[in-house]
Amino acid sequence: MNIGYYPGCALHGSSIDYETSVRACMKALDVQLDELDDWICCGATAAHCINHKLSVALPARNLGIAEKMKMDKLFAPCPMCSMELKKASDELKANPELRKEMAEIVETPVDGTVDVVNLIQVFQTVGFDAIAEKAKEKLWRFKPACYYGCLLTRPPKTLQFDDPEDPTSMEELLKKLGAEPVDWNSKTVCCGAGLTLADEPAVAEQVRKILQDALDNGANCVVVACPMCQVNLDMRQADAKKLGLTQDVPIFFLSDLVALAVGLEGKDLDFAKRYVAIPNEMKKTDPKPEDPKPAKPVAAKKEGAAQ
Amino acid sequence: MEKPNDPRARVEELAQTKLSDCYQCGKCTAGCPRGADMDLPPTRMMRAAQLGQIEEASKADSIWRCLSCLTCSARCPKSVNVSGVVDALRQIAVETNSVSPKSAKIIGFQKAFLRNVRRNGRTNEVEMASDFEIRYFFRRFDVMNVVNTGLLGPKMIARGKMHFAIGSPVKDKALVKRIFDKCKVEL
Ligand code: SF4
Ligand code: SF4
Repeated sequence: MNIGYYPGCALHGSSIDYETSVRACMKALDVQLDELDDWICCGATAAHCINHKLSVALPARNLGIAEKMKMDKLFAPCPMCSMELKKASDELKANPELRKEMAEIVETPVDGTVDVVNLIQVFQTVGFDAIAEKAKEKLWRFKPACYYGCLLTRPPKTLQFDDPEDPTSMEELLKKLGAEPVDWNSKTVCCGAGLTLADEPAVAEQVRKILQDALDNGANCVVVACPMCQVNLDMRQADAKKLGLTQDVPIFFLSDLVALAVGLEGKDLDFAKRYVAIPNEMKKTDPKPEDPKPAKPVAAKKEGAAQ
Repeated sequence: MEKPNDPRARVEELAQTKLSDCYQCGKCTAGCPRGADMDLPPTRMMRAAQLGQIEEASKADSIWRCLSCLTCSARCPKSVNVSGVVDALRQIAVETNSVSPKSAKIIGFQKAFLRNVRRNGRTNEVEMASDFEIRYFFRRFDVMNVVNTGLLGPKMIARGKMHFAIGSPVKDKALVKRIFDKCKVEL
């Protein structure tokens, strides 16, 4: 399967480990990523809080290129990018005047017809069952708290792929891969990453609350599908600990766990770049000890034969 | 009733929502992760906007506390685009230069981000962080702030997370500048 690919600035900068993880995971699933030619920044929070027109124009330029390249789906692993791109494409589709104005501003025709998808939606396209069939071992060591954060499911009118208050698609996929996701409250609470450099004390407290909730509900890791959530929850743990967070929590990308399940290892996924160390037993999947491997029954038969 | 030049019309156009739809139920504030720190939490901001107090609302500190998490808009039973109203007030505050000194740092960050995109087409994190720090440093000396971000940068560089050179540069940088100019972005 081929799919259009918009990496976005974060994946070519501070979240380069997410790009490694996404690329390795997609390769293992036989998904070929066709990168968008000369893509530009989506504008992120800065554009929509300073100039509304710019917040449509920057995504529109990228959508125009995707249309020129005849892509039908455009995969943006960062939910901020995918939300901004999707929002702009909805606005363009609904408004012919805006299409005219934007074509002039971004210097290429743009109709908003490309289907923008995030990481979870790519896995849905491949099929959760098809991924489960490829799994080498079960993710039996993982009790993840699946964290959607704010932008994966919002605004709900734009991103109609899961329940905005109680999304469950990550849990559904990870259960099929043998993990035991926990039930918890903070899955759609914003982590405050948008203000990482600008308002630090507030962000540290937000991180503490979310991670403590995951721990209190029995999680041994948190799984995200957002580069900002990952960096924020990972890098801010030192500060969160000063505010009372009781222990380290490894923070995985959803693509990490899918990749581990289909047989990749930590070194393929750039785990060395994580601030909170990933425990060794979580760097690859291994057979569950009490699970009798096919070899064992054979051994048992031999014993029987000897008797 | 809206008079000509009613500032409410501008907010409604930017946010693409109708201010009078809000019936002041308070649900947006109840779910707002920053509500407790806000001088004008979302419900009260909506009321001020309904009353045409756009200038006052755009001076509120709370519009810059907002994380743009969209919880308010997602939960509003009247489908009011509350976070869109926050954005509209922010844009008006920047245009009229009526930003509270307390929030200068946050706006400084957003502007540094956009200057960076205008120049490079994509964000270069090291360049952006230093642009932001230098400008902010001169605007208001704040030791803790310089120490904090000063510590954060090296921490990221050490993990190979921040890059001195941008991944792959945008070829048509002039086009990006033209897009900014045509949108009349003031930085
Ligand atoms: S949730 Fe909607 S209707 Fe209720 S106070 Fe907020 S904006 Fe008004
Ligand atoms: S978008 Fe802003 S105002 Fe709305 S809930 Fe989030 S932080 Fe509060």
